[in-house]
Amino acid sequence: MLAHLPVLPIIVPLLAAPLCVLLRQRRLVLGLALAVCWATFIMTLMLLRRVLAEGTQTYELGGWLPPWGIEYRIDTLSAFVLLIVSGIGATVLTYAPRSVECEIRRDQHYLFYTAYLLCLTGLLGIVITGDLFNLFVFLEISSLSSYALISLGAQQTRKALTAAFQYLVMGTIGATFILIGIGLMYQMTGTLNMADMAARLNTTGGPRTVLVAFAFLTVGISLKMALFPLHSWLPGAYTFAPSVVTAFLAATATKVSFYVLVRFIFTIFKPSFAFEVLPLDIELMVLSLIGIFVASTVAIFQTNIKRMLAYSSIAQVGYMVLAISFASVTGLTAGIVHLMNHALIKGGLFLAMGCFALRLGSTELADMRGIGRRMPATMFAWVLGGLGLIGVPLTAGFVSKWYLITAALERGWWQVAVLLLISSLLAAIYVWRVVEVAYFQSPAEEHADVQEAPALMLIPTYALIGASIVFGLWTSFSAGVAHEAAQRLLEITP
Amino acid sequence: MNQVLGLYNYWVVICLMMIGFYVVIAGGNLIKKVIGLSIFQVSVFLLYITMGKVEGGTAPIKPAKNFYTGEDFTVFSNPLPSVLMLTAIVVGVATTALALALIVRIHEAYGTIEEDEILAADQESPC
Repeated sequence: MLAHLPVLPIIVPLLAAPLCVLLRQRRLVLGLALAVCWATFIMTLMLLRRVLAEGTQTYELGGWLPPWGIEYRIDTLSAFVLLIVSGIGATVLTYAPRSVECEIRRDQHYLFYTAYLLCLTGLLGIVITGDLFNLFVFLEISSLSSYALISLGAQQTRKALTAAFQYLVMGTIGATFILIGIGLMYQMTGTLNMADMAARLNTTGGPRTVLVAFAFLTVGISLKMALFPLHSWLPGAYTFAPSVVTAFLAATATKVSFYVLVRFIFTIFKPSFAFEVLPLDIELMVLSLIGIFVASTVAIFQTNIKRMLAYSSIAQVGYMVLAISFASVTGLTAGIVHLMNHALIKGGLFLAMGCFALRLGSTELADMRGIGRRMPATMFAWVLGGLGLIGVPLTAGFVSKWYLITAALERGWWQVAVLLLISSLLAAIYVWRVVEVAYFQSPAEEHADVQEAPALMLIPTYALIGASIVFGLWTSFSAGVAHEAAQRLLEITP
Repeated sequence: MNQVLGLYNYWVVICLMMIGFYVVIAGGNLIKKVIGLSIFQVSVFLLYITMGKVEGGTAPIKPAKNFYTGEDFTVFSNPLPSVLMLTAIVVGVATTALALALIVRIHEAYGTIEEDEILAADQESPC
């Protein structure tokens, strides 16, 4: 059983998904999905422990030896991202029942849980696989199920349908770009196995086909990651999806795309090609900085808080990509740490938004007047998350900002460090707007009987927000693992 | 001349790809967008199949005897890209099906599938 551990986090949710369709009964499906998600979380925890103790784990599917068969390959970075994705997946699903009850039609519940499990499978699969075409297939599994998940918001507003359609068009273009890139790479190297491809790829002189493949891959992944200026699908998708779906996707989907970008740049193409032959570092730095500033500024002017947080997500993607552009161990550590911290913070914030949506039936800023008095526990969680977004000391956000600024100074880009500090002020402004309305305005008449969110929803919210505080204080685990992963990626022996 | 005729398949791929991509961007009708998206995806299938083809090669099935001459085949095409495309076709069909399902729902909710009319309807009523 334990020999097959690397493949189990994929197999278990993948098999459970069709089972959900067969069961149909709401409670049974919920029970199964919960059991599967937590089991997956425990499996990824065991995987990370094993990877940290024994080094990179490999698994040959069906016993076919790589590079012919599909190989699952789990190094420190993949194990770390797997743990984050499955942890968020399990926590959000624990939170889900009440919120789903209120936001999704009853006869569609089993479909929601099915799509959720499929999406989880796809996201975990992208991270676990060592085969490029397999990566594309998992990417499409997660994308297709997330389009379906977003469109479930149609119960609340019909805009969810157009948002899902727009995401489908953009997502498919992105995925097809990635497919073209993979095809051209296969043409050049004759292999689909990532490690094998990295060994065979000859980038001296920058062959035209490799350049084109790299361009297609970078643009395709950036589309899926919502890197500015390819972010147009994200605000609509996050705003109109059901609260649970937003929390899950915001905390995992863009992070996994970021992982794919790191994988391509550092494992397959190598930084010497991406940053020395091509000026990708400057390009990413400029785009991510513009993205951070534009998205943060737009966030300040939003009247819907979910949409505001969605724009904030675009800015946070900017921070992660900025971290890659430093092309150093510290920079990469910053990116990986921020991947985790932002997943926890934004997941927690969107879960808190789900509590508001449940009790107020709205996520508009105007409806949040004085909510700090009606729902103190939920609002306190939101404030803690907001502080994390700004990067206040003692929160996880501070740790990532610290690494980012250190990496910028290491590279001698002090202007970037200054801009980073200024961008934190923008985050402070949009967080403050909500705090001001929630605490310093008198509650609206029609919300006089609003109660605190149910405990079953508050506990998972606090679990994510609490984790973001814990990893702000206890940095040796998150930053330690991220540092090791960064060293492995840059092939520096620790 | 060899650039044009020798790479004939690739030119077709690029033309199809650009036609599809243009329709996705420029099409105002949602169905037309989906058609564009499908053409775009199909061009990639052709790209893969083209790269797997070896001139004069046949399907790699053993024993390989030429039906007419009785000689053994010695040149084989690479079957892997074609196999990959079987999976990609399934993905493409799933995407198209999901897109069409969404369009049906959009038509029910908005009464139109023209992008500008949907946009106008969204601006008129906030929900």
